[in-house]
Amino acid sequence: MGIFDKFQNLAATRQQLEALGINPFGVQIEKIISPTEGVIHGRPTILAGTNNYLGLTFDPDCIAAARTALEHEGTGTTGSRMANGSYSGHRKLEQEIAGFYGKSDGIVFSTGYQANLGMLSALAGPDDVVLLDADCHASIYDGCRLGGAEIIRFRHNNPEDLAKRMRRLGKRAADALILVEGIYSMLGDRAPLKEIVDVKREFGGYLMIDEAHSLGVLGEKGCGLVEELGLLDDADFIVGTFSKSLGGAGGFCVSSVPELELIRYSSRPYIFTASPSPATIASTRCALHKLEAGTHLRRRLHDNAQRLHDGLSALGYKLGAPPSPVIAVVIDGVAEALQFWNNLLQRGVYVNLMLPPATPDGVSLIRCSLSAAHTTEQIDAVCAAFAELRAQA
Amino acid sequence: MEYKDILAQLYEELASFTHGRVAVDEETELAGQLDLDSLQIMNLLLFIEDRFDISIPVSILPDIKTVKDLAIQVEKLIQSSEA
Repeated sequence: MGIFDKFQNLAATRQQLEALGINPFGVQIEKIISPTEGVIHGRPTILAGTNNYLGLTFDPDCIAAARTALEHEGTGTTGSRMANGSYSGHRKLEQEIAGFYGKSDGIVFSTGYQANLGMLSALAGPDDVVLLDADCHASIYDGCRLGGAEIIRFRHNNPEDLAKRMRRLGKRAADALILVEGIYSMLGDRAPLKEIVDVKREFGGYLMIDEAHSLGVLGEKGCGLVEELGLLDDADFIVGTFSKSLGGAGGFCVSSVPELELIRYSSRPYIFTASPSPATIASTRCALHKLEAGTHLRRRLHDNAQRLHDGLSALGYKLGAPPSPVIAVVIDGVAEALQFWNNLLQRGVYVNLMLPPATPDGVSLIRCSLSAAHTTEQIDAVCAAFAELRAQA
Repeated sequence: MEYKDILAQLYEELASFTHGRVAVDEETELAGQLDLDSLQIMNLLLFIEDRFDISIPVSILPDIKTVKDLAIQVEKLIQSSEA
């Protein structure tokens, strides 16, 4: 068997897509006009699949902060944090994000993916056991694999199933690491975090929650689901990304465990990666300060999510979860979902196409993500495109 | 529990998962012959875990190609849980 033979299935799928003239996984946004509008295939297009939840990518203060950092600190750090790539901004961001969550310290990683990879590969070694929700993000699976931990899945959002698996572990449960997400990226549903915490209290262990899609979205301050449910003290580790609500790039972990600093120096994805550029750090810090300063963006985001959810529900679409900034429309059949996605794009609406096996239960999804920057008119235009396709079905 | 009992129960579980459309024996390949993708195999394992009251680590998945491979792993996990 040749080294490239494993790609044959992929090549066949790609050929089928090319024959249809559709490439949902290689869309180029030719021009970015605003956080919610771009030009794709020469056509003005509403961007409703960018995870730009607070719409801060064009915020003038964030841009000014990035510009200042760019001019004073250069285009890049040219090295890793442990070598030459630690600037004062990196450490300040770590302290600020830790303070935001009320934790004693934090680590900044170069991407959200690397935050999970870096934390889990260092924390969960071959003698450790992790219990992860079946719908956890690929970065969580990959991090656990890299560390060599024993990985046990429990049924999605099913605390009873988690408890069953904790019971089977016996004494090992006391040191097990439980992994869940605040808002799950595919369907937009939330973890039953209080019940998960109850299991942890009963059996012991540690809890890591990924707030990638809930930072800036949930909670009075915008910390995420842990804050909304008053469970910040029960989360031993909180990971997240700067690339969604904060409009930058990078990831983080905050914690009050004293060993966090040791994890930093054991984490190969942290040690052997170039650190985020000064401009990225500066815009992220500015966005975090804005998040701390007010809630109006969050209110607008939720109003927009409710409006789209109501509109799509009224049209009779099957939706993946109650209203959240991620709204997933279930479409029967891969070919049908592909065509549906393309029809939306031709109507000037960009969303995400999610196909099995990357989706829960093998469903095909048209995944929308809302932004505080969407106007009411844009939400209504997205609904109108869905309505047109409904009428044609 | 003996190997043959495990195998018999796996056949039952697989029959409900494949709706009895495919004849299953020890050499049946889960991915190749039952046409199960990686996610479907992981979901199948959730039901098998319940039936035998064990937890199957994801890391052993690469070692499970056939029904026999699965039965051997289940047998090992039952033995270690009883130890």
